[in-house]
Order: sequence, then C-alpha cells, then structure tokens
Amino acid sequence: MTRTFSLTRLRNGEAVAVADVASLPPVQFLQDIIDATDRGWRVASFFGVPTAAGATLWCVMATPAEGLLGIMRTEVEASFPSISRLVPQVHLFEREIAEQCGIIPDDHPWLKPVRFHRCFVPDRDAWGRRQADGIVVGAMEYFRVEGDEVHEVAVGPVHAGIIEPGHFRFQCHGEEVFHLEISLGYQHRGIEQHLLGGPHPTTLFQMETIAGDTTIGHTQAYAMAMEALSGTVPSARAEILRCIALELERLANHTGDLGALAGDVAYLPTASFCGRIRGDFLNMTALLCGSRFGRGLARPGGTGFDLDARQAGELLERLAAARADLENAVNLLWETQSVMARFEGTGQVARETAREIGLVGPSARACGIDRDVRRDHPFGIYGVNPVAVAMEENGDVCARAHVRWREAEASLSFIEEQLRQLPDGPVMTDPGPPAGGMVAVALTEGWRGEICHVAITDDAGRFARYKVVDPSFHNWTGLALALRNQQISDFPLCNKSFNLSYCGFDL
Amino acid sequence: MTDAVIHILLTLLMPPLLLGIIGKTKALFAGRVGAPILQPYYDLAKLLRKGSVFSDTTTWVFQAGPVVTLAATLTASFLIPLGEHRAPLSFSGDMVLFAYLFGLARFCTTAAALDTGSSFEGMGAAREATFACLAEPALFFSLAVLARLSGSLSLTPMLTGTVATSWLNSGASILLLGGSLFIVLLVENCRVPFDDPTTHLELTMIHEVMVLDHSGPLFGVILYGAAVKLFVLGALFTDIALPYATGITLVDWGLFIVAMLMLAIGIGVVESVMARLRIVKVPQMLAAACILAAFSLLLVLR
Repeated sequence: MTRTFSLTRLRNGEAVAVADVASLPPVQFLQDIIDATDRGWRVASFFGVPTAAGATLWCVMATPAEGLLGIMRTEVEASFPSISRLVPQVHLFEREIAEQCGIIPDDHPWLKPVRFHRCFVPDRDAWGRRQADGIVVGAMEYFRVEGDEVHEVAVGPVHAGIIEPGHFRFQCHGEEVFHLEISLGYQHRGIEQHLLGGPHPTTLFQMETIAGDTTIGHTQAYAMAMEALSGTVPSARAEILRCIALELERLANHTGDLGALAGDVAYLPTASFCGRIRGDFLNMTALLCGSRFGRGLARPGGTGFDLDARQAGELLERLAAARADLENAVNLLWETQSVMARFEGTGQVARETAREIGLVGPSARACGIDRDVRRDHPFGIYGVNPVAVAMEENGDVCARAHVRWREAEASLSFIEEQLRQLPDGPVMTDPGPPAGGMVAVALTEGWRGEICHVAITDDAGRFARYKVVDPSFHNWTGLALALRNQQISDFPLCNKSFNLSYCGFDL
Repeated sequence: MTDAVIHILLTLLMPPLLLGIIGKTKALFAGRVGAPILQPYYDLAKLLRKGSVFSDTTTWVFQAGPVVTLAATLTASFLIPLGEHRAPLSFSGDMVLFAYLFGLARFCTTAAALDTGSSFEGMGAAREATFACLAEPALFFSLAVLARLSGSLSLTPMLTGTVATSWLNSGASILLLGGSLFIVLLVENCRVPFDDPTTHLELTMIHEVMVLDHSGPLFGVILYGAAVKLFVLGALFTDIALPYATGITLVDWGLFIVAMLMLAIGIGVVESVMARLRIVKVPQMLAAACILAAFSLLLVLR
C-alpha cells in the first residue's frame, strides 16, 4: 500500500467533490509536498485560486505506484514559505502563484514573474508594480556572472529563424556556457483568465490552441476533465480514435524533431526526408478529421468525426509506406559517424537532476527515468492496450533523439493494431453539464510529455479555476541545466532536442 | 592577351555559378528539386537593387569592410593561374602576397563585425580569427612544398607545367598536400563540416554571423566576394589535383571549367554526406591539415 500522506486519492480522469479534498494548514500542506516528493511522488500541478484574504493553494501530485494521484489544498494569506530550495521542481509553480495571485513565496531563491502579466486580482502585485505602470515582458534583472573574462550573450526574443519568441541570456567564458537563463512570456494570451466562469462556447477552441502542435494532447485532457465533471463515459470507438490521433500527433512531431536535429548539425538527407514524412503524418490526421493538426477531433463526450472502413484501410496503407520511409531516413542518422559525434555527450542532464527538477516526457525518459502517463496513469484505451515505454540512460542529445525514434516505432505499431480491431459504435455520447462543486484532474501523455488539466467548478457548475500545465512548464529548466559547461554553439542542438513549446508555457 | 581576358572574365562571372552547383548537388542528395543553378546571380541582382540599413553605432569601418574584402580577393585572383594558363600578374614571391591578401580581407571583415558592437558578431570574429590562425600554417606549408618542387617562389611556375611531373616523381607528397589544401579550401570558405552557410542559428555561425548586420548592396558585395574566394582557392586546388593539359588553349580552358564544376559537385557531396563538426573539434581538424602539409614538406625535403 502506497503511503498517501494527507493527499486525497483519485485516479486519472476522475472528479471528487471539493468538500472532500483534504484542506490542511499551510505548514502541513508544504511539509507533505516535501515528504511526498522524497518518497517518489511528483508535483503535477501546483496553483493558487485567489481569495479575499490571499489564495487557496492546490497541489496535485502523482506517483507511478498503483497509478495514484493525490490532491490537497490549503488557505494562505499575503505570503507563504517557499519550498523551492527543498523541492526544486516547484520553483516555477511558486513564481506562477506569486504572479497570478499576488502573494509572496517567502525566501524564494529567484522570485521573478513567469509571464509578465497583471495579477488575476486587480490592485495586487507581488512585486509592487502599480496598476498605472505598463509591464514590459522580460524587463527584470537577470542572473549575472561577474568577472573580467565572462561575457554575456543575449538571444531573442526575435530570432533569425521563424520560431516562437523567447529570450535567452548566456553567461559565457569564451565559448563555454556557465549559466543560461530563459525568460518567456511573449506569447501570453491569458488563456487561464479567459477560462474563469467557463466552459464558454470558445473554450474548446482555446484548448486546441494552447500549443498548436499539441492540439490532440490538450483537447484530450480537456475532454477527460469535462467527462469526469459530467459523469460521461465515451464509447470505446471514440476512445480509440482519440488515442490514434494522439499517437499520430506524436509521430508527426517526433519525425519533425528528428529531421530538425539533423538539420541543426547540417546533415541534409535526414533533415529533408523527415520534413516530408512529417507532412505525411499530418495528412493522416487530416484524413481523420480534415485538419492536419487535429482541430475538431477530440471533444468532451467523444470525437467530432468518425472513421469509415475505407478510410481505415487507406490509413493503414499510408502508415506502412511512412514507416518504411521513416526507417530509412532515421537509420541514416545512426549510421553517420559525424552525426553521432555531434549528438553523443552533448547537453547531458544527470538522472538525479532530472528527478529533482521534475522533467517529464521523452526528455525524462532519455535520462533513465521510467515515467509515462500512458502506463503510469492509463487513460483512454492505454489501460487495455499498453504502449511500450522507450528509455535511454545517457540523458544527452543522442538519448533524446533515440527515445523519439523508439517511441515513433511503438506508436506506429500501436496505431496499426488499433485500426485492425476498431469496435463498432457511436463516436459521440452527449455530455451533460458539468456538476457543481467538483474538482477533476486529467493527465495525458502528449508528445512532449505529461499534460495536466485541473478543473474546479463552483456551485453552478462553472469553472472557478481551470489550470493547465503544459509539459514545457516542467522542462524548460531542464534545457537551462543541460547547457551548463557546454559549448554555446551547441545551444541550438540542445534546444531542438528538447523542442519545448513557448505558447504552451506562456498560456 | 586572350588568356588574360578569359582569365578576368571567368573570375568575374563564374564564381556564383559554383555556389549554384553546390546548392543543386545538395538538393539532389536531399531528394529535392532545389533552387535554379543561376539562383546566386538572381540573389546578387536583387541585393544590388535594394537599399542599405546602417546602425547608428557603426562607423566607416563597417562600410569599408566588404569593399576592401572584395578588392583584396579580386587582386588575389590576378595572381593565381587558372588551369595551365599563366596568371595575368606574376612575380617572384607573389605567393606571400596571395596568402596575405586573404589575411587583409579577413582583417577587414572581422573589423567590420567588431564595429557593430554586437556580442554575436564579436563571437563570430573571435572564431574566424582563431581558425584562420590555424589554417594559415597549412597553406604556407603547402606553398613551401610547391616552391621546393618547382624551384620558384611565384604561383604561376609553381602551379603550371611542373605539377603533372611532380605527381609522378613525388606523388605521396602531392597527395598529402592535396588533402591539406582541400581542408583549407573548406574552412576558408565556411563550408560544412567547418561552418554551415545555410544555417539560421546565429549561435553556431562563424562567417555568417559576422555579416548579420550588413544589408542591401554591401551584403551583395560580401556574397560575391565569398564566391570569388571560393573560385580562387578552388582554382589553387584544381591546379594541383587535375594538372592535365592538352596544349590547345581553348580545350584547356574547357578542361579548367570542367574541373571547377567537378570541384563544386565534390563540395556539394561532402556537404551532403556529413554533419558539421562540433566547433571545439575544428582546431583539431585544422591541426591535422597542418600536419599533412608538414609531412608533405618533409617528404620533398629529404
């Protein structure tokens, strides 16, 4: 029996009444996070809901043992003790709470805004900025290394390539990076603010665009949360279709990443081939729902589109062709010595570091951390039909590339298997309205890693808070640490090997 | 006289074609159609028609950089024999001038880069200067071998007539020399595996990052200058690698052009089949080039 501390137990995709969630004094709440993380639990989500006095802090934790999730809450006033020094994985969560609720985590080692927006509550601000002053994204002190021979390189937010905006500050000694600080927030759209009082007619579309390349991952999590709140059980056929779409999304992005990694070391053949094959996978998603990025497919209650036998057959044919092409293109990478010389040993993250900062997804698995929501907290069809979890040991660029390739292989096999045994039935079960006074937790394994959605409803069944955690939120710190003592010229390669989302982080 | 005219016309007109051929070769390897072979000419024409933007922090050094660089490279092109034809300009010791004209060009490029005060450009300038220091000995060892074999200190006698017989008499030495010069050719022209001319990642660039702030006609001048440099150093390499001549002037010019096109295809193939080196490995590769050339010299001195 796994010890659950004071946490209220629940399963992935389950809702419990808010009244049933353990409400602890702040000190015990924080001590429980510290103790639980010591015993293999992980913080999946940690956020505040502003109240008149301060805020209610909610924490969702996960452990692979027995597929358990735990949730608890506490009431705090203007400040609470920071535990970032003891539990490094909450450092960004605490900064986010400070920014959104205007309360201060005392003794936080690096208390800066996360996204540079106004507090959810007017007239409150953790940094004492007045309402009249404008907030300039990124305008705040940066970590500096002092010394005559140390120089600073600032990159972004406008980049030479067509990519999302982010600001990177390197403290360098010659070509060697001592420290990298990543400052984001340029893509902040206020998604969580808009979700208050929801679900609105626009909510589904906002979910689809939290991170455009993870449309299925986020809409699936949203659908699960809404189904939990309304007590809807989608049909097996709908569950399978959503999982097929999720794996197609993984395939497209992993393929694109492998190509981009090759492109970053100027290895053309794989770069070009993978660029095309990524398009093939996107087109397969389009075959499912008419959108290359899976817009309109996953919805609360099932899917917006069905797949007929002819389409399923065509999908199988296209998959077989794409698998052959992908194998050829990717094997070129492993067989080319000059490529391996660039990948191996670059941007290493130690397993212990990865565990402490709470990495998720392929980046965590590349460090030898056995962590995959599809197996640990199964959802959809994964409980019945598990997917092989790919793991590597080294935590370098090569490991992250290799994990991607093996996951792509596993996804191909999974989709083929599912398409052959697609059950009959409707694809949509009309979901009722969400129940009031409930909290639902939904975790999915998007291609970047764990996506966590937490929905809390008020008595009328409207969202009192809807918290989204994109895997990028956990992983950006990993990229910063991977760059320590590396060559600055290897940054683009390391960056690509993580390939994190800016808009998913910025919300 | 005809030779001199052809020499100048080829030097002025052919360089962008080499870039087009490299691009086309890489495209074919990647399974793409690729840009037209004449694309570099269109690019130059486009850039020359544009206006320029100059940062307030830059001075005349920034504008002089590209011009001096192109002038130095064009001057060097008069010293190099193309195929088996004499160079328009030739005197004893011109090989030293040849090598240091490129040094002057590099100085002006890096000075213009530093003039912007950008940390990127400073980083690129530091890399360029470091690698150039290591490539120079390799070039001089190679020239010393040729001087020893031909008994002359001028490029024209060094590269015409005697190379073919040198292949027969001291083939091993010339082979090592060719290897060394090919590495120098790639590093001086910022080709894969030392630099990636097509990258958009500013942190990995060497040459490209130094010219990030240039725009319009001056940027066109930089691109053209880089193409001429590839042509001149390419000619040095093909003079040694393919010293074949028929004695009929026009046929020999044809042979030279074919040799240059083959070299462009060769560079395209190298760029397609291998990844870029990690930047810390570049000096090691350049040291290898120096050692190759040094052994080549040892072989001919014995």
